[in-house]
Amino acid sequence: MCTLEKRGRLFLLKLTGDGEHRLNPTLLDNLRSAITQIRSDPSSSQSVLITTSDGKFFSNGYDLALAASDPPLRALMAAKLRSLVADLISLPMPTIAAVTGHASAAGFLLAMSHDYILMRRDRGFLYMSELDIELVLPAWFVAMIRMKVASPAARRDVALTAEKITADRGLEMGIVDSRHGSAAETVEAAVKLGEEIVRRGADGHVYGRMRETLLREVLHAIGSNESASSGVRNSGSKLSWNSSWRTSTWSAFLLLPRCVGRSARF
Amino acid sequence: MCTLEKRGDLFLLTLTGDDEHRFHPDTIASVLSLLEQAKSQSTRGSVLITTAHGKFFSNGFDLAWAQAAGSQTGAVNRMHQMVESFKPVIAALFDLPMPTIAALNGHAAASGLMFALSHDYVFMRNDRGVLYMSEVDLGLPLPDYFAAMFAAKIGTGIARRELLLSGKKIKGEEAVALGIVDSAAHDSVEGVVEATVSLGESLAAKKWNGEVYASIRKSLYPGLCAMLSLTAKIAASP
Repeated sequence: MCTLEKRGRLFLLKLTGDGEHRLNPTLLDNLRSAITQIRSDPSSSQSVLITTSDGKFFSNGYDLALAASDPPLRALMAAKLRSLVADLISLPMPTIAAVTGHASAAGFLLAMSHDYILMRRDRGFLYMSELDIELVLPAWFVAMIRMKVASPAARRDVALTAEKITADRGLEMGIVDSRHGSAAETVEAAVKLGEEIVRRGADGHVYGRMRETLLREVLHAIGSNESASSGVRNSGSKLSWNSSWRTSTWSAFLLLPRCVGRSARF
Repeated sequence: MCTLEKRGDLFLLTLTGDDEHRFHPDTIASVLSLLEQAKSQSTRGSVLITTAHGKFFSNGFDLAWAQAAGSQTGAVNRMHQMVESFKPVIAALFDLPMPTIAALNGHAAASGLMFALSHDYVFMRNDRGVLYMSEVDLGLPLPDYFAAMFAAKIGTGIARRELLLSGKKIKGEEAVALGIVDSAAHDSVEGVVEATVSLGESLAAKKWNGEVYASIRKSLYPGLCAMLSLTAKIAASP
């Protein structure tokens, strides 16, 4: 399911086997155990985590077939993924996703939960597939997308066009940090980046706290999901039309005749 | 004033006539009615393309009509009326259960630009037409939902400054560079319409569930949608 290896100061977490690495309850538990193990390692605050996978897929998302056969498992998988992502966000070390295969839906989310995404450019894509399979996005997924995908147009491409994003496009969109010629080269680059980061010698605990601050909105959305009953949360503020607009508009209208004439000249 | 045509999967909303297509209570009501019509007729694979005739996509609210009220209070009331009645048009576009594309034939200013930005994809010409937020030049503050739109749709501080604070008339190439529009590679009105039809057809081919599409769209802009009193119809399972 997954293996954890230590190479010097680097932790290598690998989703093993040639399958789709669907995020079913067992795999999610294994991943969380691995993270717990990493945390309890004495050198953890001077280390780096690299997550990668065997085969054609980084992860193809939740095990939807399993959920179809046993509906409560859907909520369970989601809860476990939320915990895992919260763990990754608070992890006292930099994290690198070496994406060597397709990352779809919750699998794409998992990749985005890392500080760096390195990706092979010869094969594979990042794909927020929900629209294509008639699923909506949970608010906490959207919170992660908003944090990790900067431009409104790119967010639209991710969620509303359901684009299959290659490494080249990912780089353009600011989702992918660097692209590499093959799976092996991607992992090698991740190792090299990890070693460079370790050399800089930053304190992992400070790093983890800073990341929590940066991704505060994602943690908040994850937390809201935990306490939410079913239904959509509407947490935006409603600014009301206020009378000060009227006052300033009134004075603007004293100037208006000139302006109407001016704006008509295109 | 405005028409709604169906061409296969595509709904074509056109602001007709050679005028500035200013938003006035009557035009606002007509556009809203046509959007409601498109919504009621929508099926999987439906797509909306909005365009206009002549030199203008839309030059904003009908300020002359506001002024014709004859008094300062009357003018402010008329402005308020337009701002408030326009909000449902924006909400209707964000709620529409199908992808939406704006094909800018010409200038889009103030609420005309708001109208354009309410679409999922915006294409403009590179030879003609500017984007212009005139408020700073006219001394008009932005209504709350205008400000929320720019925060939602315009990604960089620099782009927001150029659009809202500089009084600049932004042409196609710069609009693309600032990330305000998706494409300005078209040097005629036929070119921009053709490009949007082509995009529309490729989106239509996905045969997406419109309600799911609209729910995902609204979830991308939580602040703005809260202000427009829009919630996703389909509750997300965690």
